[in-house]
Amino acid sequence: MAEFWVNMGPQHPMTHGLWNMRVKIDGETITDAEPEIGYLHRGYEKIMEVREFQKNVVLTDRLCYVSSITWSHAYCLACEKIMDVEVPPRGQWIRVIALELQRVASHLMWLAAYGPDLGLLTGLLWALRERELFLDLLQLLTGARMNQNFPRIGGVRNDLPPDFDKYCFKVIKHFREKMSEYERLFQDSKIFLMRTQGVGKISLADAIDWGVTGPNLRACGMDVDLRRLEPYEAYPEVEFEPQVWRGGDGGDSYARFMCRFNELRESCSIIEQAVKKAPSGAYRAKAPRRAEGEGFARTEDSRGEALFYVIGDGDDRPYRVKIRSPVFCTMAATPIMLRGNKMADVVSILGSVDVCVGEMDK
Amino acid sequence: MGSPEEDLMRRLRERFPSAFTELRVVRPSVVKAVIDRKDLVEVCTHLKKELGFEHLSCVTAVDWKDHFESVYHLYSYKLGTTAQINAVIPYDDPKIASLVPLWNAARYHEREAWDLMGVTYEGNPKLERILLPKDFRYHPLRKDFPQETERQYITRRKLKTGGR
Repeated sequence: MAEFWVNMGPQHPMTHGLWNMRVKIDGETITDAEPEIGYLHRGYEKIMEVREFQKNVVLTDRLCYVSSITWSHAYCLACEKIMDVEVPPRGQWIRVIALELQRVASHLMWLAAYGPDLGLLTGLLWALRERELFLDLLQLLTGARMNQNFPRIGGVRNDLPPDFDKYCFKVIKHFREKMSEYERLFQDSKIFLMRTQGVGKISLADAIDWGVTGPNLRACGMDVDLRRLEPYEAYPEVEFEPQVWRGGDGGDSYARFMCRFNELRESCSIIEQAVKKAPSGAYRAKAPRRAEGEGFARTEDSRGEALFYVIGDGDDRPYRVKIRSPVFCTMAATPIMLRGNKMADVVSILGSVDVCVGEMDK
Repeated sequence: MGSPEEDLMRRLRERFPSAFTELRVVRPSVVKAVIDRKDLVEVCTHLKKELGFEHLSCVTAVDWKDHFESVYHLYSYKLGTTAQINAVIPYDDPKIASLVPLWNAARYHEREAWDLMGVTYEGNPKLERILLPKDFRYHPLRKDFPQETERQYITRRKLKTGGR
């Protein structure tokens, strides 16, 4: 049968944003694929060059609206490396709390999107219902549900609100109960397993070669978590287990699903530890306005390795900012995952890699 | 045997005695090396094949007004060390060899760097516009590309001093 190209996007329910997945199909089988991105390009790296270091925090929030704090935190971390600013211990712990709350909210958004991708509409409603609780916690902490503008160069914007730990424990206790319901909904569903297991495979060697990071790489069975490998903030003092696919022969949609899903639990336990351990004291150090030199910071974003490479030339604005988006690199590897699969599985595979177009297109 | 960073620097110096114009430990577990563009492929091949830097994290092109730099962040999952390679490129001839034969991850990074900065990565199989429209004629991250927000956006300092 003659092969031909099909455009999945830019307007397609699967795309979760604005991008185009071109797939070449032979009957029902995918023989080649090519992502077409850039629809959401806003020229971040250029805009950041004319704004002051502190003001860029607002911009980096909007890189990915689902996980703003992780992105503005990565930017602040890179600036602190140039400016030689040490964040006070309480500031570090508050950052850990905010980062993990954001990670849970981001993963729940992914779960909510992944359910309907596979026709499981209940997943959307349930995951968004619980995400609301975590957004409430974020609102309590930062004052906003999305685009929080919370981290600052040298610390965080404000201290923990009173009784924040009690609210956290309450929400997490409730969420743990709901997690077992999710497990019954997703992992016990035969249809869900059929749609995900053995679909969208990528080998470990390929994943490293193409620069796949984060949960997508851990799903291949490699224990890489930058919170462990290159600990930042207060992560060395936190006990947690990076979620790696241990079932052997991973790298498929199901392994990616399991790694993300189990991370929800880990993040909850990190939040519990952090609100207990946060010491008293200052939460913000004074940062200089001007900076000279270069610095980069790598953090474990909810989607993989986020890297900010910032160069300052002694002015109060960065000379050059480079944003390394994990989704951008994973997107380069999606043709490998797609090849050989059926047309109907495109949605299942691309849903499992957790695409966020905002950070991909910058 | 010293620390992993010193060990890495020693092995690099032994293998390429004259390639580095700068080689130092910037921070714990970060080694920075400045090289000329002609040594890039050899140094990176050595780093990947012999020293185990298997992850190409990022490719950045920087416009320094008198020259370009292509910055590579390589990471070794085993050592936990980052190697930052700055390859210097002359301004009037913005070309450098592609690293696609070593890492497939370089494909998209180099496409993006060419798209936004106009540094040609020779050997990249598909050096096309990736983020900008296909008919776009400029490379906007270059410093001579005007920044439109300069006109819209007035800082307090600008009001005081009347611009820089």
